[in-house]
Amino acid sequence: MGDPPPDPEPPSQPTSSRRSSQVSERRHSRELSRPQVSPLVPEELQQIRLGPQILNLRGWPQRASLTPNENLVFQAEDPYLNPGFPAEMQPQAYLSEGGLQASQSGSLMLQQVQQSEGSLFQQLESAYQGPAADLPGQFTMYQREDLPFSPGTQHGPYMRDDPTLQFSPSELGFMSFNMELPEPEPRELAVQNAKAYLLQTSINSDLSLYEHLVNLLTKILNQRPEDPLFLLESLNRTAQWEWFHPKLDTLRDDPEMQPTYEMAERQKAMFSRSGSGEGEQEMEEETVSEPTPVPNIMEKAFYFEQAGVGLSSDESFRIFMALKQLVEQQPVHTCRFWGKVLGLSRSYLVAEVEFREGEEEAEEEEVEEMTEGGEGMETHGEEEGDEDEDKATDTVPKPTWKPPPVIPKEDSRTGTNRYLYFVCNEPGRPWMRLPHVTPIQIVQARKIRKFFTGYLDAPVISYPPFPGNEANYLRAQIARISAATHISPLGFYQFGEEEGDEEEEGGAGRDSYEENPDFEGIPVLELVDSMANWVHHTQHILPQGRCTWVNPLQKTEEEEELGEEEEKADEGVEEVEQEVGPPLLTPLSEDAEIMHMAPWTARLSCTFSPQYSVAVVRSNLWPGAYAYASGKKFENIYIGWGHKYSPENFNPSLPAPIQHEYPSGPDTIEMSDPTVEEEQALKAAQEQALAAAEEEEEDEEEDEDEDQDD
Amino acid sequence: MDAESLLLSLELASGSGQGLSPDRRAALLTSLMLVKRDYRFDRVLFWGRILGLVADYYIAQGVSEDQLAPRKTLYSLNCMEWSLLPPATKEMEIQTSVVKGRFMGDPSHEYEHTELQKVNDGEKVFEEEVVVQIKEEMRLVSIIDQIDKAVAVIPRGALFKTPFGPINVNRTFEGLSLSEAKKLSSYFHFREPVELKNKTLLEKAELDPSLDFMDSLEHDIPKGSWSVQMERGNALVVLRSLLWPGLTFYHAPRTKNYGYIYVGTGEKNLDLPFML
Repeated sequence: MGDPPPDPEPPSQPTSSRRSSQVSERRHSRELSRPQVSPLVPEELQQIRLGPQILNLRGWPQRASLTPNENLVFQAEDPYLNPGFPAEMQPQAYLSEGGLQASQSGSLMLQQVQQSEGSLFQQLESAYQGPAADLPGQFTMYQREDLPFSPGTQHGPYMRDDPTLQFSPSELGFMSFNMELPEPEPRELAVQNAKAYLLQTSINSDLSLYEHLVNLLTKILNQRPEDPLFLLESLNRTAQWEWFHPKLDTLRDDPEMQPTYEMAERQKAMFSRSGSGEGEQEMEEETVSEPTPVPNIMEKAFYFEQAGVGLSSDESFRIFMALKQLVEQQPVHTCRFWGKVLGLSRSYLVAEVEFREGEEEAEEEEVEEMTEGGEGMETHGEEEGDEDEDKATDTVPKPTWKPPPVIPKEDSRTGTNRYLYFVCNEPGRPWMRLPHVTPIQIVQARKIRKFFTGYLDAPVISYPPFPGNEANYLRAQIARISAATHISPLGFYQFGEEEGDEEEEGGAGRDSYEENPDFEGIPVLELVDSMANWVHHTQHILPQGRCTWVNPLQKTEEEEELGEEEEKADEGVEEVEQEVGPPLLTPLSEDAEIMHMAPWTARLSCTFSPQYSVAVVRSNLWPGAYAYASGKKFENIYIGWGHKYSPENFNPSLPAPIQHEYPSGPDTIEMSDPTVEEEQALKAAQEQALAAAEEEEEDEEEDEDEDQDD
Repeated sequence: MDAESLLLSLELASGSGQGLSPDRRAALLTSLMLVKRDYRFDRVLFWGRILGLVADYYIAQGVSEDQLAPRKTLYSLNCMEWSLLPPATKEMEIQTSVVKGRFMGDPSHEYEHTELQKVNDGEKVFEEEVVVQIKEEMRLVSIIDQIDKAVAVIPRGALFKTPFGPINVNRTFEGLSLSEAKKLSSYFHFREPVELKNKTLLEKAELDPSLDFMDSLEHDIPKGSWSVQMERGNALVVLRSLLWPGLTFYHAPRTKNYGYIYVGTGEKNLDLPFML
């Protein structure tokens, strides 16, 4: 079956032109005009019905090209018609290659059909004008199609699955009975049963296995992966996953990506703000003439990249834009990218900033007022306590413990507080200012080891308790890292002109330096060979927590008032030695070793081209601190977790020894209670004494009486 | 990280601050290609870099057809000549556990460790101080093995298992979604599963046997030893190990890019419980 029709030989004069436009590749099997005798009606009907089935067995790929209207056309070819009719139908059916053409010709056909005889036809067309494209419909159609296969009959082109093919039993009553009479062939039946089973939909979903397999195979054929057998399982999973995750419609935003888009918007704002500044001509002139405080981050990033350190270049650029933003917002004199401190949930980008003269004092005063207010409250409380103690009858022994003296923090722009630090979590987010560091915070920070969480207000829970939250801890670590790892090539900085002898300054050393205009750069090879060619340019932090030493026993005025009362208790005041650290601009070769390990490692950035490479120095004491120098340029950076390296394990400080309670004196010494015998003895003694006293009185009275009597 | 996408991977992993200089990158691209050809690996991974005092070790690993089979490890000092390292054994780990401190950077360097050993001299038993020499190469092997077993990470769905045989790379892996990417349970240890059999039957019933055949990071001890962060404005999820600081795993959600790299001193962070 399926041979092309013998010929469109029947009188088809008007349609000859149309016939020529046919595409003959389609495997049609058309029923030619056949002399039809009414007794043969049932048989031919069967043959007609068979047509779709047979066609579809072979014409699978052409399924898409068949349209209902063609079927319509074919169906119109009814044996009840006069023989001439099919012939007319036939050639026009050929025309229906594509969809639209067919529909047009089909409708034309239909009209012709309608015009011609046959209420039957009307019944037929009504049957298939209502497309019922549902699976049960297909079921019925398949059931109808288990008809005997008779070779030699040629049937028109129409879809097997076409719902319009079905005949609603109600309308074609007697025909249906006729159709189901003949016995189906077993093989056909099996195929149809299998397909019916595959087309079943499950209770949970509307999809059937059939459709799923169709999807899967289509996907495989489209993508053509290598070795599809091994991938079958995962492809299956992916196709299944797609059931439950349909692509969202274009009007709704993807809720998951919301934070990503927000961040992107913020970064875009960063770019556009500076962009608008550049657009104005006036701004351009100003920016060109003024030296911008923002450093050339990209250049430094390039050098660090040579050393294998640093963030990626687009991240560096974003940092540059963020620093520009910072410079616009705050009165900044100089600014530098200090580095990145990694945290648990978020990381910190740190900028080292120096304000213009006089700018930051306003904020500083506010902070100081708050702390002073706090101190005032404390002293007030102490005084009250003293008064209460005096009033009590039993004097409670005063505790001998005094809190260690508070070491005053260094002024801004000096020592550890020389620079101000701003942090932000990501470029685009607002910059937050870190408070100044106090010596006690540095001392405590040396004793603890904690990861940063990424939130500045997170508490630092540790022993010994850290006085402050994460912002203070971060600031303290930044101070330590800066003091230990900020280095520069020898000669880049020099001391200012001698303002006074070292002795006059109390041996504290000089604390200021300036750039050396005559610096000519040290050859890279020398920088790598010897550590003496590098110097520290930040002050060393003393064990006290400050850079310049302060005698803690020099009491302030407030403390002196209290101190007078307690001076007597202060016996054996320790004399505090002055702490001395290495002076500014000491070379690295003087740094102490860590467990027989040099504290610094120096390398050339590229061994293949020593003449162009950069000297890179890496700190072993603070992993993550790097410095490069090349010619006249140098820079320091820190990217790491913010902790010092210690070859031994971390030992948390032990709790302080238990304090003595009170000095044992006669009134506070514990005495054992008297035993029963002692009490009785005492009582007896007292009674005796009382009795003796009474006797004496009686004696005296008697004596008096006797005297009186006399 | 896969050597085929080396440049992109290095770019994405750069958030931890350590990367490679351009000359090293160029050298790696060529030499890893040759390594793949010579050793007939299916995939070559650039494992990372161990910082030593004098020189750094660059480590690469080769993966055969079966992704979970033991990987071969190679090291190089200059990213050009690679030498194969012996596979790690238990004895090596015990021996090298006594060595502390940084790597020197010289593979033939020997650490000296004095031990008290009981020496039987006839009837007497006395302790002698024996100086044991441990080669740095052995230490390197053992450390790399420990790091791999402890913190090598792979996202869920990147590998899949078939009943036929080897474990394959899943070519239809489209990346984790954003919500999945932030959970530790969507990442697995890239090693033979150790704890999987300890799961209850109920938990196992929910697992998909073709995808969930490795241990997840969720139950790592101590809890909190992984830091999960989003970088680049939520477009990249980065996992950093706190137990072996220096290991960075990155993944761009909804894309196929993922990988891990270790750049560090090769020392375990034993202070972790104090630091959390």
